[in-house]
Amino acid sequence: MNIFDIIGPIMVGPSSSHTAGAVKIGYVARKLLAEPVAEAQILLYGSFLATGKGHGTQLAIVAGLLGMEPDDDRIPYSLRLAEEQNMKVLFGEAKLKEAHPNSVQLNLTGTSGRQLEVVGESLGGSLINIAKIDGLSANFSGEHPTLIVHNLDQPGHVAEVTSMLSHKSVNIASMQLYRASRGGEAVMVIECDQEIPRESVSWLSHLEGVNKVTYYSLQNDIVQNDILR
Amino acid sequence: MSFASLREIISESQKRECLFWEVILQEDCKERNVSREASFETMRRMYQAMKEADASYDASLRSASAIAGGDGLRLEQLRKSKDTLLGTFLAEAVEKAVKMGESNACMRRIVAAPTAGSCGVIPAVLLTYEKQRGAKEARMVEALFVAAGIGEVLATSASISGAGGGCQAEIGSASAMAAGAVAYLEGGSEEEIANAAALALKNMLGLTCDPVAGLVEVPCIKRNASGAVNAVLAAHLTMAGVRSAIDPDEVIDSMQRIGKLIPACLRETGQEGLAATPSAKRIAEGLSSE
Repeated sequence: MNIFDIIGPIMVGPSSSHTAGAVKIGYVARKLLAEPVAEAQILLYGSFLATGKGHGTQLAIVAGLLGMEPDDDRIPYSLRLAEEQNMKVLFGEAKLKEAHPNSVQLNLTGTSGRQLEVVGESLGGSLINIAKIDGLSANFSGEHPTLIVHNLDQPGHVAEVTSMLSHKSVNIASMQLYRASRGGEAVMVIECDQEIPRESVSWLSHLEGVNKVTYYSLQNDIVQNDILR
Repeated sequence: MSFASLREIISESQKRECLFWEVILQEDCKERNVSREASFETMRRMYQAMKEADASYDASLRSASAIAGGDGLRLEQLRKSKDTLLGTFLAEAVEKAVKMGESNACMRRIVAAPTAGSCGVIPAVLLTYEKQRGAKEARMVEALFVAAGIGEVLATSASISGAGGGCQAEIGSASAMAAGAVAYLEGGSEEEIANAAALALKNMLGLTCDPVAGLVEVPCIKRNASGAVNAVLAAHLTMAGVRSAIDPDEVIDSMQRIGKLIPACLRETGQEGLAATPSAKRIAEGLSSE
């Protein structure tokens, strides 16, 4: 938290958690998909489901999926803009277990057919947590460049990833490891202080035993982020 | 977050031989690793955004519940038509506070200060001050740093969320921040800035968060007006030499303790208080039947 979390952010109302946070979840999910969204299934949960309508939560999530940030004054018109861009939007109710009260599950299909499932939580004060990616725990804030690697639970993958980061002089801010079962699917979530070169991210995805690599970059928005931060 | 008490900011300003606002700016430079100019410019952008939000108020808009909107224009018309009971300064501050609250409810762009629900208090007071007292913009930006410093202490040592501490933590915090900013603009010392914040906050202690249908509309919008008037009142008392009998940091501690004692049904859950009235239920039903 810094003083521009107190005086700021500049945002479209009415609620930092139900509007601004919701835009941010959509925005981060859109970046994780790494291509324009062709179809989005938006499944709301808890308070998002109960009071989302009055807070413009649906509009906010769609705006984020279109690449808008929380201060974009086109947020109220996002459904119309989605239609214009041929983005198909479906709303529903999420069946989540023990989720944060302000949660949404996004089932996304990109224009090239790439698929991604994201569960996002709005924590208040426009802070968010990306809780799950493709059903596996993730837990990151979208405040740092973040690398998410889904791999087989076998020795050596953590070393491969961290040595690549070290080679590219990328410092790790935080690192989490999860696995579904021993020898099954595992996930690494690494928040970094620097951006990871695109070619290194793509190199990782071709490694034996690595199922999927997803990367959240702060780039393209650096100027705007400095104003808002 | 560096400052957990107003006392710390005051003693830092004495140590560094600089003003309250400069201490906050210096800490921001350190915290975010940015230059003095960059920090000041970011705050100026916040002030500009407040100005733009005020200027682009649209009285024809209605909120999700369809009950909020248009009151800002009523207040503007009254202010322009006659010498009102509130006097020129407060009448305009109240009008701007309501306009900003309505803009927020109608999905317009605002500056959370410290929250979206309380976004009207600080710009209402500062924009009116700049206009009516002919203050320079740079000085208004300095006043925003003062407000931010007070807000930082409130967020660290108490709460600035309705769910965490009730409305006292939102409108109360905004009012305390605005009061300190106005005291600074009026030539108040570091001690007087803290005193104004304390006097404003004391008037808001215990205020619960019981919004109708869980929306940031009723009673939030009009409470922004109340927070703005209260801020000017606190600065006025301070500049007359009136002192808070309770130490400013102890007032903040009280808000934290009171916030914890407010039951969850009165902390942004939309279950009790105004939210539980027949009128509120009618509004909520109208919303869900659409």
